[in-house]
Amino acid sequence: MTELRELTEDRTREVMTVNIGPHHPATHGVLRLVVDLEGEIVRELRPVIGYVHTGIEKSCEDKSYWKVIPFVERMDYVSYFFQMEAFCGAVERLVDLEIPPRAKYLRTLFLELNRIHSHLVWLGTTALDLGAISMLWYCFRERDKILDLFEMACGQRMHTRYFQVGGVIEDIPLGFERKCRAFAEEMPIRVGQYQDLLDRNEVFLSRTKGTGIVPRERLLELGVTGPLLRAAGDPWDLRKAFDYLAYPEVDFKIPVGTVGDNYDRYRVRVAEMVESARIVVQCLDALPDGPFIADDRKYVLPPRSELSTSMESLIHHFKLVTEGYRVPPSEIYYSIEGPRGELGCFVVADGSAKPARVHFRDPSFVNLQAFREMALGSYVADMIASLGMLDPILGGVDR
Amino acid sequence: MPDAPGLELIRGEIERDRPGAVLATSFDRGQAALIVDPEHVLEVLRWLRDEPAHRYDFLSSLHAADYLPAQPRFAVHYELLNRDRVERLRVKALLPDPSPAGGDDIEDSPGRESPISETGPAGQGHGLPEIDSCVELFPTAEAQEREVFDFFGIVFRGHPNLTRILMPDDYVGWPQRRDFPIGGEPVTFTYSERAYD
Repeated sequence: MTELRELTEDRTREVMTVNIGPHHPATHGVLRLVVDLEGEIVRELRPVIGYVHTGIEKSCEDKSYWKVIPFVERMDYVSYFFQMEAFCGAVERLVDLEIPPRAKYLRTLFLELNRIHSHLVWLGTTALDLGAISMLWYCFRERDKILDLFEMACGQRMHTRYFQVGGVIEDIPLGFERKCRAFAEEMPIRVGQYQDLLDRNEVFLSRTKGTGIVPRERLLELGVTGPLLRAAGDPWDLRKAFDYLAYPEVDFKIPVGTVGDNYDRYRVRVAEMVESARIVVQCLDALPDGPFIADDRKYVLPPRSELSTSMESLIHHFKLVTEGYRVPPSEIYYSIEGPRGELGCFVVADGSAKPARVHFRDPSFVNLQAFREMALGSYVADMIASLGMLDPILGGVDR
Repeated sequence: MPDAPGLELIRGEIERDRPGAVLATSFDRGQAALIVDPEHVLEVLRWLRDEPAHRYDFLSSLHAADYLPAQPRFAVHYELLNRDRVERLRVKALLPDPSPAGGDDIEDSPGRESPISETGPAGQGHGLPEIDSCVELFPTAEAQEREVFDFFGIVFRGHPNLTRILMPDDYVGWPQRRDFPIGGEPVTFTYSERAYD
């Protein structure tokens, strides 16, 4: 038996490198963190990504434009409607296709439902990281209602492939409006309940207030957008800044924070859910009549009913499905406000029926660069809180 | 977006301060782009960022594209944003392919040149296109330049840590080049195979 040796050196100042992940519930996906710890203080941090890289951007180059849509949905698997809108919007601008007003409102409606869904997943999992287990069940209860709405309209709960180049694939079914309105009117009440649960919770407050602060100027240098930037007091929202879909016609506010700590990030996202619910109600109120998809047969599938009566429709259908449509050589960068920040889609068309390059500027990928500065010098427990508040979706980071 | 005359005005102003930096302009589908000489890309970016009348000081996105078979073959795109005027401006630097193949004999060299580790990213003679890194101007480009390097093999001179970011570190080849074949990528279990022999 070896004799226990007395410690001669002071081990309390020793720096220890710890691997967290890639498979760890607190990393919100397959993210590996190499952390240098001095006691419990984070001294250096290197996020290692790429574990769920599946080459989606490369694979898109081998698909005709309409087949790319389900592919890009699977990048950021929590905000699939946003990926669809970024890609479809980019292609519509490439081929100069105007979408009908009803499609604009339907897209806005589903984007905002998706934003609530994404924020609910974030709130549930992040509160779970901070020890509030019941929040997960409450948030996923409401999330399930949104997924029911998606299923009702699109037939799928996730990865719906609902947006098409030119509009949406189907009109909303009978009874959807009533169900959706009931949800959107209930949602602010539910958000109030979440706030009651968390805002007076001493553990939650002391773990989020004053942690993970990065100054606004630094966030801008690092390219951080979305709720993280707004929590630092910068009211930058692409929905207000740029003119796309029905956002210029609906009334909503941009919640901003003051100091930019984790508590502000939580408050901003929670307030955004209420604003999104307001947009959903306004979209239902103002939903215009008319077609839900553009009438340009060169890009849009003809209605199913015409196929048995019109030879021309049948030809169009056949050409679109087998060959796809050709897009004139050009390139475009189209960005929208995703739930995590600026979601940009860059498409290069070379004149064939397949895109020559599809690139997504994923907000999680860019925002993750701020994580090191959020966590340096803090406790390892606060690092976990900061990572949750950063809300990275690793499917989007790695693509 | 600056409109087409506004783009020409910007070009004229840059031409006055940095002659020869801007090669061409393009205005397509409402999007303005400056096509710049890759040797002067940093000067143009710095001018656009700091010039008080313009201040395109937010880099939304940095990405690359491979325009094979066009020459020059590669391009790095900088999507700049002026948040006060809500204007986007794309800066595009076209890069030729310096490798001996030059993209001519596609069958022989499908983008699988020797790995960068043999010569080091900063070393000469690796046959990869090079451009100056803009990390000092825009720290947000750090991860995005690594991604471009990872997928296109474009070397960013002066980047603090130019390594692969999404592909494995020991990967050989530049997967998003157009002459890199799609499919057929073997699934490798690098570290577990030998243990279960």
